[in-house]
Amino acid sequence: MKTNNSSGFIQISISLALAMCLRILPLPESFVAFNPDWVLLTLIYWSLTLPERAGIFHAWTFGLLTDVLTGRLLGQYALAYALVIYLCINLHKRLRNFPMLQQGLFIFFCLLLSQLLLFFIKNIQHPAQLHATFWLPVFTGTLVWPIVYGVLRLVRLPQSFR
Amino acid sequence: MVAVLASITLLVFDQKSPSINTLRSTLSFFVDPLKYLVDLPTVIIEQTADSINSYQSLKKENLRLREDQLAHQARLLKFSALENENIRLRALLENSFKLGEQVLVAELLSVNMAPYEHIVVVNKGTRFGVHPQQPVLDANGVVGQVFRALPMTSEIMLITDPNHAIPVQVNRNGLLTIAVGSGQTNRLILPFLPSNADIRPGDLLITSGLGGNFPHGYPVAVVDDFISQPNKAFATISATPKALLDRNRELMIVWSKSTPVPLISKSTENKLEDLKHENK
Repeated sequence: MKTNNSSGFIQISISLALAMCLRILPLPESFVAFNPDWVLLTLIYWSLTLPERAGIFHAWTFGLLTDVLTGRLLGQYALAYALVIYLCINLHKRLRNFPMLQQGLFIFFCLLLSQLLLFFIKNIQHPAQLHATFWLPVFTGTLVWPIVYGVLRLVRLPQSFR
Repeated sequence: MVAVLASITLLVFDQKSPSINTLRSTLSFFVDPLKYLVDLPTVIIEQTADSINSYQSLKKENLRLREDQLAHQARLLKFSALENENIRLRALLENSFKLGEQVLVAELLSVNMAPYEHIVVVNKGTRFGVHPQQPVLDANGVVGQVFRALPMTSEIMLITDPNHAIPVQVNRNGLLTIAVGSGQTNRLILPFLPSNADIRPGDLLITSGLGGNFPHGYPVAVVDDFISQPNKAFATISATPKALLDRNRELMIVWSKSTPVPLISKSTENKLEDLKHENK
């Protein structure tokens, strides 16, 4: 049982580290605006499947690391991620039984919430102009959710067989 | 709830005081390796491209570099004479002057921090003595300034970032103004010049040294468009940066000596004495 625990921890950490790498991937200028929030998607997956292991503390810590990684004001991703993951953990039992489409809709609103919070904080910092492309990561994030889900499920499956 | 409170306090503190920087640099120890990891493929591709370069092309490049070196050396010979003359003249005018700057070559990490911001990451940080607000150059002109220095990496804001402004001077006639970033990698804007300003396309803009961050006299941009509308107080002027902002991988971080050299140094004093004797 103990080894099981630690392996889950390793999987979560490595997948989140990879998600952070994807976050700062050097993409061509025209694709940058489409880059979805990989870290949040990964956090949502783990909080839905292993809510007792990847909780709000995880979300907050990795949010803080993302802040440092992308050079933001410290705490803004931490706040957004913690709130979204709180929602996910509260609803995880229902969400697991949702069909893919409904789950996708929920993910869409999660990403929208996080993006809204980020915009809100940015606006307090200094009044920002809202670009239509600011919301693109929400849509692309929803579109790549099935891929994230599938890949992370493959990572987790050996553990669930045990 | 605790997480929310903690993040809000962090947000407030980060906005108000710089003391939180120690936390940021501690956390960056976990995160900076990721930046190097993401940069790794680019480095590998570049190195393999280097190693499979043919003998012929290397020889050609070597020849070209040697010619360049010769040309620069010849120009430098004249430069040192000019510098001496400048020091002498300034001493006569009882003016202070600044000594040469020290540079550190840093390499760009190909990572993408955030969309809509012209901020790049380089592989030198506070361990090499880099500190915020240092000017950054490349071989052609000013690139930007150090925005945030972490232990192993540092973030550099380019002069084309919409939040960046640099005090400049027209090289032809010494007209002072400010160049603001436009958000496009090949464009700067000069929004504070009146319609009748003496400026025309092709003028070279150099740093004026007024803000205190950038040393005087480095090329910044070339004016390429000047539209004056009679019904508006300010002209619309745009300029193209001299530095290759989107193509260079090597950048130079500059330390400029903040204390000016005393008015008349020992050597110039001697020279002045000589001059006086000659006049007699």
